[in-house]
Amino acid sequence: MDLSPTDEQRALIDSYGALYAKESTTARVRAAEPDGFDPALWAVLVGTGVIEMSVEEASGGWGGSLLDLALVAEQQGRHLAPAPVIEAQVAARLLSRVPTRPATSLLGRVLTGDALVTLALHRRTGGELPLVPAGSVANAVLCLDGDRLLAVDVAGGRRGVANLGCLPVADVEAGDVSVLLEGAAAAAVYEEAIDEWLALTACALCGLGSRALEIGVDYVKERHAFGVPIGSFQAVAHGLADAATAVEGGTLLAREAAWSSGADHRRFRQLASLAFGFTTEAARQSSYRSLHYHGGYGFMLEHDIQLYFRRAKAWPAQFAEPDVAFARAEAARLSPGAG
Amino acid sequence: MDFSLGERSDTFREEVRSFLDEVFTDEMRERIHRTGVHHDREFHRAMVARGWLAPGWPEELGGQGRDPLEMIALAEELQRAGAPTYGVSTTLMVANIIRHVGTEQQRQRFLPPALRGDIIIALGFSEPEAGSDVAAAQTRAMRDGDGWVINGQKMFTTNAQVADYAFMLTRTNPDAPKHRGLTTFLVPLDQPGVEIRPIHTLSGERTNLTFYTDVRVDDSLRVGDVDGGWKVMTVGLTFERSGAQGGESIRMLEAMERWAAAPRPTGRPPPIGEERVKARLGRAAAENEVSVLMARRCAWLEHSGQLPGVEGSMAKLFASEAITRQSAEFLDMLGPDGIRSQGDPTAVEGGAADYGFRFALGTTTYGGTSEVQRNIIAQRGLGLPRPR
Repeated sequence: MDLSPTDEQRALIDSYGALYAKESTTARVRAAEPDGFDPALWAVLVGTGVIEMSVEEASGGWGGSLLDLALVAEQQGRHLAPAPVIEAQVAARLLSRVPTRPATSLLGRVLTGDALVTLALHRRTGGELPLVPAGSVANAVLCLDGDRLLAVDVAGGRRGVANLGCLPVADVEAGDVSVLLEGAAAAAVYEEAIDEWLALTACALCGLGSRALEIGVDYVKERHAFGVPIGSFQAVAHGLADAATAVEGGTLLAREAAWSSGADHRRFRQLASLAFGFTTEAARQSSYRSLHYHGGYGFMLEHDIQLYFRRAKAWPAQFAEPDVAFARAEAARLSPGAG
Repeated sequence: MDFSLGERSDTFREEVRSFLDEVFTDEMRERIHRTGVHHDREFHRAMVARGWLAPGWPEELGGQGRDPLEMIALAEELQRAGAPTYGVSTTLMVANIIRHVGTEQQRQRFLPPALRGDIIIALGFSEPEAGSDVAAAQTRAMRDGDGWVINGQKMFTTNAQVADYAFMLTRTNPDAPKHRGLTTFLVPLDQPGVEIRPIHTLSGERTNLTFYTDVRVDDSLRVGDVDGGWKVMTVGLTFERSGAQGGESIRMLEAMERWAAAPRPTGRPPPIGEERVKARLGRAAAENEVSVLMARRCAWLEHSGQLPGVEGSMAKLFASEAITRQSAEFLDMLGPDGIRSQGDPTAVEGGAADYGFRFALGTTTYGGTSEVQRNIIAQRGLGLPRPR
């Protein structure tokens, strides 16, 4: 067991941390609202190889592990970055696991930066894919339809949706499709991609929750009421202590989930879903408490804490509420061969 | 980053599992439940035979030189099985204190019999008027010639009725500031002036209220300096906060999973098919994984030469609050049948949720209440100001 990052992992954390600190300030996050996409930030991120990193070398990438991506996702979350890194990485990894010509060709366009491909988290309802993450900025959406894995060209029509988290989600018309894979293998690679999205989003939520907590802690040390800093009141201090415990616990769990993808894969599905459910609640708890302890200021748009509070709920809600993830985890626990 | 405990730890865990399968019999389980005494001579002897009372100690002190990652595997398995280790662990905690702050003579006198299982040491910290504020202890120790005379009461002196000594926090200087007038002693319990009165608890576990009236203790049984008891306690409380977490919850969850998946005699589908049931079980699984990881993080910190502080408080706080929440949730999940108690032949999975519901509340108190842990996390972890 070694819970500290290796030198390479530390370098990854530091370099993306520095990049986001410069290119995803809260001023930039606000400027990118309500669309939730900062093209300049995206260009910088793509330039760092954040997509290549996610794909194995044999498929033209740099062969980063899911744990590597998890450490980037923590920074992504910490800085509320308005750029669809997780979706693009997960979609690229999915394409790299599909050995058919249309998939390989689409992956080629992703790796050259000619196409932004995302993943639908929900099945088609009627002719529409609802609330596709990054759907309003992507060129194509990967989705599962029955036992077919499809790539949907968004040129068929999409409608960006104003939303709680100012996320670039869209309802996408499933018009022009190409079939990437059919049969049981299609569902298997798709579900694996969902697991990866859950694990990485969990990590992003940990980054978000951790930063929201810091903002709250700083505030209650400075703000005085009744002649003392409000952080000296146990009613406030204990709420933050619980949030800190939840965020640290969630970070251990989310990192373990990402680690297990490569090191203990039979537990990956379970851990990814557990981590998603747990960190959804931890990020909510942390951002809610921090906002609340700002008093009336927390309710003002001018204070940054509301940026975290809204996204803590909206990011995971793109998939589902925590109980859905917990039920998914339990199903994985009970399935034969689960760890 | 590597989340596996490693091959040595895994191998040791397998040994512990087969040991428990063999030694921790249903009969022993039943005896513990019936008597409420979480100390068992037979089990104790079996642990001694394996050299597992203090396997983390160096070989020259009677240990096996096992590392903290092996030790956490042992602790996890014992806790998960519900093995009767309370007497062993308090004895070891005190032995550890003696090892670190005792005199050479005390080390020679107490460590070998403690590791052979020949003596049991109970803890005498809490008092009727001093729980979490343990430094408020009022039990008096006064000089009398070469020795000391002790008068007072100690609360929750668990296993006093089977123990040879109580490791006791006493006040030796009532005029000094609270933390500076305390001294610790090993008080032999088999002597005049010691009265042991049983206390029965919510979980069925027996503990004691102990009274000390003009109890004489030789100065050779004083541990640490006169009025230096708080320093000794600081060493002791550190040991109490690093250990396995989540084992009791894992056992309860496994019982609930068996209940949920078992075929129903009526032919109705088992509850595991319901999303709500799966979600409840999955939520507990998430919390248990976090409890385990937080405790393992403390073991890893020790393994890499650091001393867990706030991390130990977080682990303890999280795990005890989690089992409190889960046990109530599981009783809801079981419906009316949930209240059929452990020991009743109709109890669901042996009354695991009923027992958990009773047991959980103890965990939010001993070793420092949840509120004390939150204070530690807020002040030492987050740097928040102390209340004025």
